[in-house]
Amino acid sequence: MFDNFPLFPPEASTLAGEVDLLFFFLIAVSMFFIVLIFLMVAVFAIRYRRRSSDEIPTPNLGSLRLELVWTVVPLLIAMVIFGWSANLYFKMARVPDNAMDIYVVGKQWMWKFQHPEGNREINELHVPTGRPIRLTMTSEDTIHSMYVPAFRMKQDVLPGRYTTTWFQATKPGTYHLFCAEYCGTQHSGMVGSVVVMEPREYEAWLAGDTSGGSMASGGEKLFNQLGCVTCHLPDGSGRCPTLVGVFGKPVQLITGEQVVADEAYIRESILRPNAKLVSAYQPIMPTYQGQVSEEGILQLIAYVKSLAPAAETGQTQGTTPGGAAAPGNTGTAPGTTRALPSNRSNQ
Amino acid sequence: MSAHVVPTPGETVVARPTPNYLTNGYGLKSWLFTIDHKRIAILYLISITTMFFLGGFFALLIRLELLTPPGDLMEAEMYNRMFTMHGIIMIFFFLIPSIPAVLGNFLVPMMIGARDLAFPRINLLSWYVYVVGGIFTLTAVIFGGVDTGWTFYTPFSTTYSNSNVALTAVGVFITGFSSILTGLNFIVTIHKMRAPGMTWFRLPLFIWAHYATSLIMVLGTPVLAISIVLVAADRLFQIGVFNPAMGGDPLLFQHLFWFYSHPAVYIMILPAMGVMSELVTCFSRKRIFGYTFVAFSSLAIAVYGFLVWGHHMFTSGQSIYAGLLFSVLSFLVAIPSAIKVFNWSATMYKGSISYDTPMLYAFGFIGLFTIGGLTGLFLAATSVDVHVHDTYFVVAHFHYIMVGGAIMGYLGGLHYWWPKMMGRLYPEAWGRFAMLLIFAGFNLTFFPQFVLGYLGMPRRYHAYPDEFQVLNVMSTAGASILGVGYLIPMIYFVWSLRQGEVSGPNPWGATGLEWTTPSPPPTENFDVTPVVTEEAYSYSKEEPEIVGGDKSTRASFQ
Repeated sequence: MFDNFPLFPPEASTLAGEVDLLFFFLIAVSMFFIVLIFLMVAVFAIRYRRRSSDEIPTPNLGSLRLELVWTVVPLLIAMVIFGWSANLYFKMARVPDNAMDIYVVGKQWMWKFQHPEGNREINELHVPTGRPIRLTMTSEDTIHSMYVPAFRMKQDVLPGRYTTTWFQATKPGTYHLFCAEYCGTQHSGMVGSVVVMEPREYEAWLAGDTSGGSMASGGEKLFNQLGCVTCHLPDGSGRCPTLVGVFGKPVQLITGEQVVADEAYIRESILRPNAKLVSAYQPIMPTYQGQVSEEGILQLIAYVKSLAPAAETGQTQGTTPGGAAAPGNTGTAPGTTRALPSNRSNQ
Repeated sequence: MSAHVVPTPGETVVARPTPNYLTNGYGLKSWLFTIDHKRIAILYLISITTMFFLGGFFALLIRLELLTPPGDLMEAEMYNRMFTMHGIIMIFFFLIPSIPAVLGNFLVPMMIGARDLAFPRINLLSWYVYVVGGIFTLTAVIFGGVDTGWTFYTPFSTTYSNSNVALTAVGVFITGFSSILTGLNFIVTIHKMRAPGMTWFRLPLFIWAHYATSLIMVLGTPVLAISIVLVAADRLFQIGVFNPAMGGDPLLFQHLFWFYSHPAVYIMILPAMGVMSELVTCFSRKRIFGYTFVAFSSLAIAVYGFLVWGHHMFTSGQSIYAGLLFSVLSFLVAIPSAIKVFNWSATMYKGSISYDTPMLYAFGFIGLFTIGGLTGLFLAATSVDVHVHDTYFVVAHFHYIMVGGAIMGYLGGLHYWWPKMMGRLYPEAWGRFAMLLIFAGFNLTFFPQFVLGYLGMPRRYHAYPDEFQVLNVMSTAGASILGVGYLIPMIYFVWSLRQGEVSGPNPWGATGLEWTTPSPPPTENFDVTPVVTEEAYSYSKEEPEIVGGDKSTRASFQ
């Protein structure tokens, strides 16, 4: 049992080293205060030990100067740690523009992954090195938490909403994947691994799966099966708004408000169609709650994302569309994800 | 019920010794219907000690299961119930009542020169409420337990758990009222019943700490009650407040829960800090260094404590801007704790320091609380917290605060005031030995968990990967030592009740009104209401010094 006894986790993402650096700084600060206080207590306890039972020392009441020192100095150190940490926290939250999407559904007690190309995995996630990867995650039941210690990455996965996080793997290898939020009986069984591969190997791995089409094509099938296609006509002449080119763009609501058509908005519109009605349309759409799985919804979203106006597809690569407020939209990301399925279909 | 007849001052001077609170009535009825704060403290002592060993038994099973990587000692379902019951019992039924309900009940009136708390009947009621809450929770244990974790996170607790959530929730709900009643009683007592001359700035710091604790109890506990009621209602009547499928929000529960449960950490640690101020001054024979700073830092902790709940939610999906605000406030709440530690250390400077058992606990407290507090900075730092949140790092951190801090404080206080409560001394050598054993066992149990946490071992795991085993074996070995360490005081305390050396009113040569009355104290505490003429901890009659100060700064310290 002693041959496998690590004391520090592997660093396998671009941010892992930065988290560790702050961690070591915190250890240094802690050691300083622990040693200082230990020395104070130990030296005083020995030097001023009671030598006779009737000894009464001279009292002293305090020192404003000392009080200020040990209030202000720890406060300044704490603020340095806060600033450093906050800066890194922003980096963790801000998904890079060229991130590749992977969709995650957590359920008691497994992790389900879908690659936009259509590959599906359970409790195992294959990713390439050198490329930021955005995880868009939801849960089918209770709260889970996606935790990969080697990436210093953790994000809770909630039912009824999408949470996102990202990482960029740096070292090929197999790393632990844990559910970190207690989720019931087999919580400790909701584990798996992240397999980080060189990009070339990853492409080969992607191509190796012949089970079916891309997420978008799966979404298209659902779109037809569920009858969405009968009202959401591509040219906008149907009883419901067209979905072509909608993703990532602002939508005018009947209330006069504008919302950005992101993943969360599309999901809500499928499950609770009347929550945010598009202006000039009637509330005729029924709810699809219970008729489509979380994975199905993600496929529908992938399909909606893929519906770019014919004229635009050629141009979006590398340009940033106007609606820059959409979370993580930032132009190139949808462009790249759209590009991948077409690569696949060419193969 | 002769216990409640207060003799007139003239009667107490007769030669025949007046009965003390323990000998004033012997039957079970004289205990169960007592309204003497000292007897109620003893009732609490017995109840919470029972709960402590029950919670400890669950901890033992947890550590035994974690000795090996696969889940082999018990089923996952059983393991989940063990850690849930360990948490619920230790937090709601041991740590929260521990120092306030036992030492606070016994000492708050005595330290301020009062005959009892302001509302003696409400005080008794609080114990009955505690017992009823305990019975509900223990019934839930007998009928199979509960598996939500002590945090009751939704929607797991409201929709997915197949265990006795509602019954346990009712138990916790009821017990909350016991702490509200205690807090209310302390606040009124401290405001209205101080002896003549006992001004606010002459109060022992134990009282300041209990005042701050009481504020949290009164203001925070109702929020816990609301959250727990909503969980039970959601579960029983499907009202859907926390159920996203019905338009509810599971994160709302986390906000409500931590709005109480983070301040609850300070309910556990502030009274221990109060005990610390008494121990360090007594065993150094010194005035406290920076009285006003120590006193107001308690209030600062109580106030800031209400503003930091979101630091439990950095990875929950709450807004990152909210995360930053909670982060900076969490760093601020660390400062008053640091002030206290520095002032206790400075109090020892040029003191006359003895190594009696309570002082050893004080040394232990300073060491473990410092480590617990500093690792709190790691968790307040958002981006490091992302990695260590919900891992053993957090488990280690809060055990350093709650076990290393609060229980060291509680045991230190119990050893310090035991002669006052019982009139007998415990065997000193055994006391020191048990303290060293607890200190060693504690560090061996919980220090490896910091390493485990940074390695990435999530908490609440029934089975774990092989490479975490060595550290887990160390932790279990430490827990065995810790368990023995806790049993020893239990044995010698009981032994001392009849066999211990008679202590006399003031075995430590301490200042404070509680030491001016016989041990054990008479039912009415003081024959004559004391009149206070000096500051707290006036061990010396000499003119006090101010380090690095002059006459003009003196005023701010007096």
